[in-house]
Amino acid sequence: MSDIAMREDLLVARGLHTYYGASHILHGVDFSVKKGEALGLMGRNGMGKTTLIRSMMGLVRAAEGSVQVRGQEMRGAATHAIARRGIAYVPEGRGIFPNLSVRENLEMAARAGVDGQRNWTFERVMETFPRLSERLGNGGGQLSGGEQQMLTIGRALMTNPDLLILDEATEGLAPLIAREIWRIVREIRLSGIATVVVDKNHAAVSSITDRTMILVKGQVVYDGASEDFRARPELIQQHLGV
Amino acid sequence: MDIFSFLVQTLNAVQYGLLLFLVASGLTLVFGIMGIINLAHGSFYMAGAYLAFGLTSATGNLLWAIVLGVPLAMAIGAALEALLFVHLYKRDHLEQVLLTYGLILIFEELRSILVGDDVHGVPMPDFLAGSIPLDDTLSYPVYRLAISVVCVGLAIGLYFLIQRTRLGMMIRAGSHDRDMVQSLGINIKLIYRVVFALGVVMAALGGMLAAPISSVAPNMGGQVLILSFVVVVVGGIGSVWGALIGALLIGFADTFGKVILPDFAGVMVYLVMAAVLLWRPEGLLGKG
Ligand SMILES: Nc1ncnc2c1ncn2[C@@H]1O[C@H](COP(=O)(O)OP(=O)(O)O)[C@@H](O)[C@H]1O
Ligand SMILES: [Mg+2]
Repeated sequence: MSDIAMREDLLVARGLHTYYGASHILHGVDFSVKKGEALGLMGRNGMGKTTLIRSMMGLVRAAEGSVQVRGQEMRGAATHAIARRGIAYVPEGRGIFPNLSVRENLEMAARAGVDGQRNWTFERVMETFPRLSERLGNGGGQLSGGEQQMLTIGRALMTNPDLLILDEATEGLAPLIAREIWRIVREIRLSGIATVVVDKNHAAVSSITDRTMILVKGQVVYDGASEDFRARPELIQQHLGV
Repeated sequence: MDIFSFLVQTLNAVQYGLLLFLVASGLTLVFGIMGIINLAHGSFYMAGAYLAFGLTSATGNLLWAIVLGVPLAMAIGAALEALLFVHLYKRDHLEQVLLTYGLILIFEELRSILVGDDVHGVPMPDFLAGSIPLDDTLSYPVYRLAISVVCVGLAIGLYFLIQRTRLGMMIRAGSHDRDMVQSLGINIKLIYRVVFALGVVMAALGGMLAAPISSVAPNMGGQVLILSFVVVVVGGIGSVWGALIGALLIGFADTFGKVILPDFAGVMVYLVMAAVLLWRPEGLLGKG
């Protein structure tokens, strides 16, 4: 932990307020993730997790607050410019291009990372997701849910990111497939890429993350070490139980 | 009809269809990817023909006119996208139709101010001016054959660009999920600009190639626009390959309609469109 605390900030948001029309969704959220850090973002349905991510990615306009990526203010910047500073976002619902083949889904995203790193190549993605290599010629829409999830994660890695954001990556997947996804996330984390993981499975998330954040109605109610989070079951009962 | 006149009519139908494809491809791409109905697309065909006229007069050769006209058309397309069309992406179709109809009026007025209202002709390059004799009386103009060859080359090039290059993958992906494309670090606005400019270039090239065989005249974009919309609807909105098949179908319907049923020549194209739409309301390669 102390090791991570001293690292450089990758993505920092301060006092974010976001609205959809007249409904006020984010109420001054502070968020940060450091280089190589794994963060679990939790909260019941509709608490604003996706909105927070989309606000930081510039996909929805935050009305107030700041978003800094590698120290540079990016609120109001174009989404592609934010992504180009080293962030890869795997959205809820996966965002596969069904009209592109599996190979094309991967190739269209390929680029070097911010520091010119090309650790993630097409070959390495194939090694990490052997199931995809058997389906390269298929349309993205022809894959099973688990394969689609592997494809979006693989596609995100093709951009050689410093930070990978996974929103509900195991949603709707069979337990066995979900376990495979968790194995891959762990592997990605070990490779040094920072991760933000949003998922209903708090046990799995807190076991692979350094830090845990809980959102309730657009406000941060908890931000602490995942170890500490695991030691306090009342947090789950109070903020996450159904 | 003997075999040679049949051959001549077939070549005419193909040449006409391919020329229509050049105009319709941009129309369907811009509609399919950016969701814009552009009534002013026929004006780009007209602009191409007038560029061919002006630049051929200045340089003395249609080929030079094309070499200079293509980058010019591309620049015009990119500028129009950046200044006007970019504001239409999130508007509804009625507003798009109103603005682009207004553009037709502006373009016609500009043409009138810049070149006047006279009808012009453009000479074809000397080396393409001959004809190929088929029998004692029939021959086929080399220039028309050249148009078909160039158009086939352009269609293949467009296929390669869209199906085989990363830019093409981004274009196709952008037609499906704009936010996702941006989240991957790709500047979708730039992609849209390229697609729009590409559509303008294809239409303008159509006008440039057609200039020597059809007169360069006011309002020449109108007829082409209507037929291009027929092609787009027949082929399936947004489908470039549908537009190719649709354009050839319309080319044949129009050309052979005039020969076989001269009294009904004017409606043949629309009969074909109605028949296709009754059979497949989403168009030949449309997604329904
Ligand atoms: N596009 C939208 N328009 C209006 N309200 C929305 C939209 N997206 C989400 N919301 C609302 O914003 C709140 C937060 O949603 P979201 O960020 O998706 O939550 P979470 O990801 O934590 O489940 C919810 O009340 C939801 O109904
Ligand atoms: Mg969500």
